[in-house]
Amino acid sequence: MDEVLKAVFAVDGAKVNFGAVRALDGVTLRVMPGECVGLVGHNGAGKSTIVSVINGGLTPHEGSVASDGERLERYGINAARARGVRCVFQELSLCPNLSIVENTRIMHRDLGGFGWRKRAAKIIEKSLDTVFSGHGIDSGRAVGDLSIAERQMVEIAMAFSDAGIAPRLVILDEPTSSLDASLARQMLDHVRRFTATGGSVIFISHILHEILETSDRIVVMKDGRVVAERPAQGFDHHGLVEAMGTVARGEGGQRSREQSTAPLILSHQAKGLPFAAREGEIVGLAGLAGHGQTELLLALHAAHSGNWLPERDPLVTFVAGDRRLNGVFELWSILRNFSIASLGDLSRRGLVLANEEETKGADWKRRIEIRTPDMDNRILSLSGGNQQKVLFARALATRARVVLMDDPMRGVDVGTKQEVYAIIREEAARGRTFIWYSTETDEVRLCDRVYVFREGRIKAELAGDEVNETNIIATSFEGVAV
Amino acid sequence: MTPLFRLVSKPWIWSWLAAFVVWFLTIMVTLGASTLGLSQAALTFAAFSVIVGIGQMFVITLGPGNIDLSVPATMTLAGTVALKLMNVENGLILSGLLIALVIGLVVGLCNYALIKALRIPPIIATLSTSFIVQSAAIWTNRGLRIKPPSVLAEFTTSNTLGVPNVAIVALLISLLAWFLLEKTIYGRWISAIGQSMPAARMAGIPVDGTRFVTYLFCAVLASVAGYLLACFSGGAALNMGSEYLLMSIAVVVIGGTAVAGGDSNVPGIWGASLFMFLVVSMLNTYGVGAGIRLIMTGLIIISVIMLAGRRAGMR
Repeated sequence: MDEVLKAVFAVDGAKVNFGAVRALDGVTLRVMPGECVGLVGHNGAGKSTIVSVINGGLTPHEGSVASDGERLERYGINAARARGVRCVFQELSLCPNLSIVENTRIMHRDLGGFGWRKRAAKIIEKSLDTVFSGHGIDSGRAVGDLSIAERQMVEIAMAFSDAGIAPRLVILDEPTSSLDASLARQMLDHVRRFTATGGSVIFISHILHEILETSDRIVVMKDGRVVAERPAQGFDHHGLVEAMGTVARGEGGQRSREQSTAPLILSHQAKGLPFAAREGEIVGLAGLAGHGQTELLLALHAAHSGNWLPERDPLVTFVAGDRRLNGVFELWSILRNFSIASLGDLSRRGLVLANEEETKGADWKRRIEIRTPDMDNRILSLSGGNQQKVLFARALATRARVVLMDDPMRGVDVGTKQEVYAIIREEAARGRTFIWYSTETDEVRLCDRVYVFREGRIKAELAGDEVNETNIIATSFEGVAV
Repeated sequence: MTPLFRLVSKPWIWSWLAAFVVWFLTIMVTLGASTLGLSQAALTFAAFSVIVGIGQMFVITLGPGNIDLSVPATMTLAGTVALKLMNVENGLILSGLLIALVIGLVVGLCNYALIKALRIPPIIATLSTSFIVQSAAIWTNRGLRIKPPSVLAEFTTSNTLGVPNVAIVALLISLLAWFLLEKTIYGRWISAIGQSMPAARMAGIPVDGTRFVTYLFCAVLASVAGYLLACFSGGAALNMGSEYLLMSIAVVVIGGTAVAGGDSNVPGIWGASLFMFLVVSMLNTYGVGAGIRLIMTGLIIISVIMLAGRRAGMR
């Protein structure tokens, strides 16, 4: 009981059900002052649900929550904020039409009154400077104009900002997924500083080395339960993956096929070096986040798909990274979300053939293991990672020869990633071309050839053995062509 | 899930329920004596709202901001020009229909050209087109009231097996619309565009082509409605379309189609159209004065939308 008294936050035996799905099955979790708790687990393991319980968004159907030794009976989002609980979500939660300063005002209710703009600007700028020094973000800009990485930075700074109620427990849910390595490093350093001064952090990430080096204690969740809980020193990379229940498959290894003879399938005059892709090639787009990679993908898509006439045989298809913006159709079922891009093949004279659609859906559900009892359930009933799988299946099920991928693995768990990598390699061997923007070095290393971007231009082209972390980082910072 | 629950959770059930209650209250005044007459009148007048409402529904399904305000003007122009061309001759009935359809196509083309080429929001683009079209109608009509050909006048005002002919036409159009929405790729496309235009674009949907066809479809349905209405009412009048501006939008909303786009439903249009006519006749039957009648119509519409809207929110 002593532990509960000292804990900044304690959850006891929390159970949460969503319909037939048991999201939390008796979870007990304590967060001590000055501690960083790493939380890992597969997609759908219940991480986001336990976060919602802690930030007051969900009341557990059973079990209790306590803070500073006091059992909280009427707990909600406002009570959580008053206790200094802050959240950074996987899905970004800022209002895009408002400026950074105005968003600060929304976050901090007590900022009102005459001259709030000045106070809000001061607070958010101070926090941005502390967490990401040298960030170069003007606090008067509208959030919608920021790149996704900058938005994430603002969101993180927002959580650590202090306007009367100091943050005591900051929950970071996949905060680094849209940040590049150097920004992620800055953020992790700040987490260490924050915990050193007595603050507490719950840190969720699929990037295991971040968890291992930043957390004091690691909690592993699986199927709505805590399956392992140890000090961080008690885990290594392999042990963590094992605890999550995935057998780490050996690194797929660099592909060594000779491709320079394959026919050219796509070329584009981008800024900087010219861009070209061959049949069966996996082409990576690397560099710091938001330096023109997505723009190239959009340009390639626009140049090779019709906006006026339907195309039976499109050359390119697209897997979205920002699935809320240009990925899922929220009103629709999983099946309809899956089939929308390949309706041409599932129809006769403009009529959708319901049977073929169902068969194909069931086929892909099995192939990439979409975790749902029924493909007719709504797409939003799936966890984020599984939604991403549906988008992936949507693209792969088309006849398109080229698949454009806009950092699609953001927030997807390790096991799923391995499965998808295997499918990509298999499809590439059959002659499909993948153009893959990724912020994760491990993924870039799977590519045959990599273009490195800096400030909207292609600065370097790496092929074969040159594709490694050192070269990518060197070219993305200095812009030296290798 | 019980069948009853499934029925209650349909968004169109509320407009049908409202229409039925109002119908029942009205025939109770005369103790059932007016049942047949009232029902036939309701079907006849609802038919016109259904035809324009379906077109509007397709456009609204395209997502936030999409609306066609040129419906009334298109109806007027199609009606006047078609009647003028037919010049009371039965032999020219098909040519009249054809010219009405062409007018619809041209208006739809203008609408989308303004929206796309000049990047004007649909609400303003279609309103501007509507001024031009209405002026064209005034210019061709010059205050003359030309009678429709006798066969057409007869057709639009009579019944087949007790069902008004115009209602049968509207039913056929509804079936076509339902088929398009539920069974075809085109239906999937407009629903996808209504949910998220960027996502539709990235899924390889020809967004501009689909939107263009939808605006054409809406304008063509408006011109068909104008053609039928002009024949039904014994000649085109310059203000014949005016009440259908609000009507076309109201029946879509009351019918349970999502105003934010992406989700449409055809049965609701019928329930709502019948309801809109029956409310007015109920208040007339009860002898309510004109001013009070308008106020009550407004209040009743608001309450039905609130009821239907709350259900939709809970889904």
